Amino acid sequence: MRQSLLALLAKEPAHGYELKQALETIFGGAYPSPNIGQIYVTLGRLEKDGHVRSVDVEQANRPNKKVYYITATGREALENWVEEPTEGPRVRDEFFMKLVLAPMTGLSDRMALVNRQRRHYLALMRDLRELAERTDPANRVALLLIEGAMLHLQADLDWLERCQEDLP
Amino acid sequence: MSADAPVVRAVNLVKIYQTGGLPVPAVRGVDLTVEAGEFVAIMGPSGSGKSTLVHMLGGLDTRTSGEIWLDGRRADTLSESGWAVLRREKIGFVFQFFNLVANMTVADNVELPALLGGVSPRQARERREYLLGELGLTDRAGASPAQLSGGEQQRVALARALANQPRLLLADEPTGNLDSRNTRDVLRLLGQVHGQGQTIALVTHDARVASMADRVVSLLDGQIVDDGAIPKSRRRPLGGAGDVVELRS
Ligand SMILES: Nc1ncnc2c1ncn2[C@@H]1O[C@H](COP(=O)(O)OP(=O)(O)OP(=O)(O)O)[C@@H](O)[C@H]1O
Ligand SMILES: [Mg+2]
Repeated sequence: MRQSLLALLAKEPAHGYELKQALETIFGGAYPSPNIGQIYVTLGRLEKDGHVRSVDVEQANRPNKKVYYITATGREALENWVEEPTEGPRVRDEFFMKLVLAPMTGLSDRMALVNRQRRHYLALMRDLRELAERTDPANRVALLLIEGAMLHLQADLDWLERCQEDLP
Repeated sequence: MSADAPVVRAVNLVKIYQTGGLPVPAVRGVDLTVEAGEFVAIMGPSGSGKSTLVHMLGGLDTRTSGEIWLDGRRADTLSESGWAVLRREKIGFVFQFFNLVANMTVADNVELPALLGGVSPRQARERREYLLGELGLTDRAGASPAQLSGGEQQRVALARALANQPRLLLADEPTGNLDSRNTRDVLRLLGQVHGQGQTIALVTHDARVASMADRVVSLLDGQIVDDGAIPKSRRRPLGGAGDVVELRS
């Protein structure tokens, strides 16, 4: 969130609500809609760290609005973020923990766990497919995000198959 | 043949290959029922017997023991020519490795089963135009299979299998050679024909394909280890913002 807001402010100064709208427009239905409170909290922290500053702009018949703009320090932080290598996704390990540990306790057998998880992944995949069908075909960003989620899910399923083959 | 007989019923189906000296048990006692209009995905690791199973259901491989009933009729006892007739009348088959007729054009490959099934040339042509259109292959109609990429051949094989509006579509990895755009075309077509009542049993590794099914059957070492519906997800329906990332958390 910090970096996304900095990136948007590097493009142009904006107030909190405009930042929320920009995120929604760019990422579409594929990305969590940020809540406005969260945005103001993050802007507050960025301001405290000297990455952004704000000015009050007077509005006719309405309370002043706070417009944020990026500082030189903020720009530097943003550059570092863009240039440093990004960590790869971590293997999601909660299910794997269950799979390894639950049978030891006699709570469940592996076959049943794997089978239930497979069906669950397929249900998630169906949701993603339906979301992709409903997404505006012009929104490449949102569609690519959904495709990424689908590819991860496929990898999870393939891994599940390997677990079923190799764990006694 | 009664209206409410399942389209497929396999009872304790077994296949043991005998190559050289060693018997290879590929399918070990499978019971499987597919009702009319159902879409069943068959999954499982490589070598778990998926192709062997669907080949037996389509009469392309003989069973070692057990029974196969198609559309209420006992099929495993049919002769090879009996199977050929049954297939022509009732089954569309997409092979893992396509099997197109090499010296015929794409259009003729797709129209042939419909013509053999007895529809008029005009109907066969219209069906072919629809299927190739849906699969983005309209401009390849005059080509011969050897001039097509693997992914194009695979889509032609699917069009051919659906030409006849068969009682049963059997497919073995129908998207195994496709990139994600072509897979999307295949998914859309499968969704359309399934919506029109097409009964489908297909083998797939692709979770997008499997997620179209009503039911998923998992094979391991020649046996069914899971058979059941894909559940409704427990989340609120996707649609608002926020969902892909949340799905992954
Ligand atoms: N014609 C054959 N002769 C001997 N053994 C065979 C023959 N066909 C398949 N097998 C063996 O039977 C088992 C099941 O093979 P099958 O082709 O049904 O697997 P599959 O699940 O379709 O795998 P894949 O995902 O790799 O296509 C394997 O051990 C395979 O080696
Ligand atoms: Mg196979």
